[in-house]
Amino acid sequence: MHDMFKRYGTGLTTMILLVTAFWILILLILPNLTMFESSFRPYLPVTEVGGPRDVYSFANYGRILGAHTDLSVLGITFEVPVRVKVFILTIYYSAVVTLITFALAYPLAYYLAKIVSPKSLPTLFLLLFVPLWVSEILRSFAWFIILAFKGPLNVALMSLGIIDSEIRWIAGFSPVIIGLVYTYVLFMLFPLYNSMQSLDSNQIEAAEDLGSPWWRTHWRVILPHAKPGIASGAVMVFMLSAGSLLVPSLLGSTTSGWFTQTIQGVMLEEADWNTGAAFAFLLLIVCTLFVSLMMRVFGVRLSDIAK
Amino acid sequence: MSAGIDLDNVVCDFGSFRAVDHVNVSIQPGEFFSFLGPSGCGKTTILRMISGFIEPTGGVIRIGGKDVRGQRPNQRPTALIFQNLALFPLMPIWENIAFGLEVRGVNKATRRKRAEELLALVDLPGAADKMVSQLSGGQKQRVAIARALAVEPSVMLLDEPLSALDLKLRQHMRAELRAIQKRTGVTFIYITHDQGEALAMSDRVGVMSQGRLQQVSNPRDIYNNPVNGFVASFVGENNVLTGPVAAPTGGFAVMETPHGRFRARIADGVSGQGVKLFVRPEHMRFSDSPTAENSTPVTVTEVAFEGNFISVHAQSDSGMTFLSELRNDGSAPIPAVGTRLHVSFDPAVAAILPDASIARG
Amino acid sequence: MHKTRDLLGHVYMTAFLIYLLVPLLVMGGAAFNDSKLPTIVPWVGFTDRWFIDLWNDTRVWIAFRNTILVALGVVALAVPIGTAGAILINSISGRWRATLYGLMVAPILIPGVVIGISTLLFWNNFNVGAGLHLSVLGQVSYIASFVMLLVLARLQSFDAGLEEAALDLGASHSQVMRRILLPHLYPAIGAGAAIAFFQSIENFNVTLFTRGGQDTLTVYVFSKVRSGITPTINALALLLILFTLGLAIWWELTRRRKARIEAARAAEARRAEEAMA
Ligand SMILES: Nc1ncnc2c1ncn2[C@@H]1O[C@H](COP(=O)(O)OP(=O)(O)OP(=O)(O)O)[C@@H](O)[C@H]1O
Ligand SMILES: [Mg+2]
Repeated sequence: MHDMFKRYGTGLTTMILLVTAFWILILLILPNLTMFESSFRPYLPVTEVGGPRDVYSFANYGRILGAHTDLSVLGITFEVPVRVKVFILTIYYSAVVTLITFALAYPLAYYLAKIVSPKSLPTLFLLLFVPLWVSEILRSFAWFIILAFKGPLNVALMSLGIIDSEIRWIAGFSPVIIGLVYTYVLFMLFPLYNSMQSLDSNQIEAAEDLGSPWWRTHWRVILPHAKPGIASGAVMVFMLSAGSLLVPSLLGSTTSGWFTQTIQGVMLEEADWNTGAAFAFLLLIVCTLFVSLMMRVFGVRLSDIAK
Repeated sequence: MSAGIDLDNVVCDFGSFRAVDHVNVSIQPGEFFSFLGPSGCGKTTILRMISGFIEPTGGVIRIGGKDVRGQRPNQRPTALIFQNLALFPLMPIWENIAFGLEVRGVNKATRRKRAEELLALVDLPGAADKMVSQLSGGQKQRVAIARALAVEPSVMLLDEPLSALDLKLRQHMRAELRAIQKRTGVTFIYITHDQGEALAMSDRVGVMSQGRLQQVSNPRDIYNNPVNGFVASFVGENNVLTGPVAAPTGGFAVMETPHGRFRARIADGVSGQGVKLFVRPEHMRFSDSPTAENSTPVTVTEVAFEGNFISVHAQSDSGMTFLSELRNDGSAPIPAVGTRLHVSFDPAVAAILPDASIARG
Repeated sequence: MHKTRDLLGHVYMTAFLIYLLVPLLVMGGAAFNDSKLPTIVPWVGFTDRWFIDLWNDTRVWIAFRNTILVALGVVALAVPIGTAGAILINSISGRWRATLYGLMVAPILIPGVVIGISTLLFWNNFNVGAGLHLSVLGQVSYIASFVMLLVLARLQSFDAGLEEAALDLGASHSQVMRRILLPHLYPAIGAGAAIAFFQSIENFNVTLFTRGGQDTLTVYVFSKVRSGITPTINALALLLILFTLGLAIWWELTRRRKARIEAARAAEARRAEEAMA
């Protein structure tokens, strides 16, 4: 701190500190604390705020246990609250999306990092970047068109004779997964590529030279090296998926609730901000746990994940 | 215009590590003064204290007689040339040079004119509108000098400015720097770990080791009359002999070594253990028979032709290898490998010296 | 021996690019199809009426204006905030640095829903109601992180010796900032501004909770898709894509031109070096 005053002078340093404090305190910490605090307070008419009924409780969190429904896991059926089910399925399908993007992106990252000639890399990257420049809503909208009942996908499949009659794609979780994978696969690809690219090709050749079959080379040499990239990609894709509201709203149906949609309903339709805060806080907790888990499993730090 | 600098018991600590230890020296106005010493001995730290980037832990620094403690770098009449030059890569050459004037509010036309003048002074006309990345190492060097001169400093501080250049260019720039210093009359404080550079360019040299100033003198003196073993062995090469020393008489003393008895100069107050006898290779003479004193029988083991001189390695019967350098001008016969000879030196050119003065903590 | 592997790689790469780009083409193509529903099958006929409809839709224009206003606000705040954060991080060390860095990158990972709700609740305490101003603040809280990361990366290639050199030549701290540090950071600041602008334009989650009834383009498209769509949305999408793509290409070309200039300069320096020897 002393060094900084010396380096930038008193005036500038004070300004830098104030601006950063505004960001960290006013835009980040205090709003989240407010949300945390509100989540324990009841939803009351304005006149009663601060009144005798305005006491802290876990009631808002309890509201996740509302109406019940059935959930089958491995053939066993449980009766669970609807919102809990949505919550669990959101996490589950976000993990599925993460796995699918990894499966899709891994070979591609390897191809870009180690196989393709460096000369064609800039062009390939320019093409890969195009969807990133297109906003998320338009990317989901594109699939909304493609997956429509009388849309291009059904027409194409039928004219190829693969199916006899239209398939209703927009049903259940499949379209949501398709949309999420399409929207976020690049967030898996780029970190993977970055980490693989820093692997010395000689290591791969040495492994092959020692008689290692291709799958073992990947398992023992390439995958371990790509760990930070995997962690970073997994965190990005999972967070974006679990936090996505656009894709499930555009491509989902009544049978595919996403937890963000639950929050949206509570916040904007019921206008119950306190319960909304509680649910948002639950989402934040899950995401934080997931990040910590990834950091633990892959042995990486936050600074490896960001970037 | 140019100012002198006094360092008065200057100390600089980094935590518990003492980088500069009680340095005392008075640098005259208009002098070309070099600090010479091995890497890490505290040279840069001294320079950064003079320019104001580091406050000394103790002692006083005076520039032009005025105590500058507490003055910030931009308030001191010094200009620093950085080890890596630190030219501003995003400005054209002329803006680099005129930057010091720009921040002083000098108008653009004057700045431009002054930049052109300085470019002419450092022998780089026509480079005004180029970018830094277009210049060669030597050209950047000149720009850095011009930029420092532009603020008309009383003192120029140069931190190993030639270390990035190749040998030939370095030799050339030595002369150039010296010429610029004479032309401008500004006090130059020059830092280097290259003894050749220090000896060739400076009016006086201060030799440093482990934060302490070992000797301050003119180059000739530093080379011919080093005050201690560190200075002797850091500047130039030596044959070094060790052994007990008898009581001095008339400024000379005799050292008993396993290779014979040798007499050499000794300063007052030097005695006892930890002293060594130093004699330069160019002072070693060969003869067929023993001389009156300071001689020992040897066998020539290696003769290397170095161009302007010939270096001869000769091993004494007691196992010590003596190095001798003979001038390649025919004044002395060049011995052949395997020849049995006697090697000797004049007591007046050899010195018995104490070790370096080391930190008192 | 690697032939099959390479061939598979090429095939997969091509398939992946098709997978990425075809949906966008389908969406763009539908903007020209003279069909009430946005689709390319069946192809009814070429038309430009969706673009004309779009032009005449006042709600789009309002949403467009709002989007731009919010984006400009976000850029105006996120760029200085992110830059200040990066400079701060870059000049401190130790535990404080790690903590602050964590706080500064965390917003990237926080779900937009959470940011939106927390912003709304916090400002509500001060009787600041929902509206685009809150959208700006909410978006800034995480978009500043992107700017911070970009500027920090650039700062790490900065030679602090340049600041000292300028100080030594008599510059004041603010002159050093204006003439030395900021010019070095401009490329990153420019990139940060661009990212901030586009992130803001496409933001949905934060905006949805903070907008207070006002439309931005994303919210507008969203509401249109849910309630009876016409291909005007496709027309809008196509224009947006072309606009961002145009900017991206311009950016890339500028970058390449700069690289060429730098290479030419380095070559000249080499020649000068050789001429001396
Ligand atoms: N800011 C600092 N903090 C701690 N130690 C330092 C600092 N600056 C320098 N030192 C130490 O002080 C000693 C002297 O450093 P200085 O840079 O003055 O050496 P130098 O003689 O210029 O060496 P070189 O020839 O390598 O440039 C070194 O051991 C160095 O590690
Ligand atoms: Mg140094």
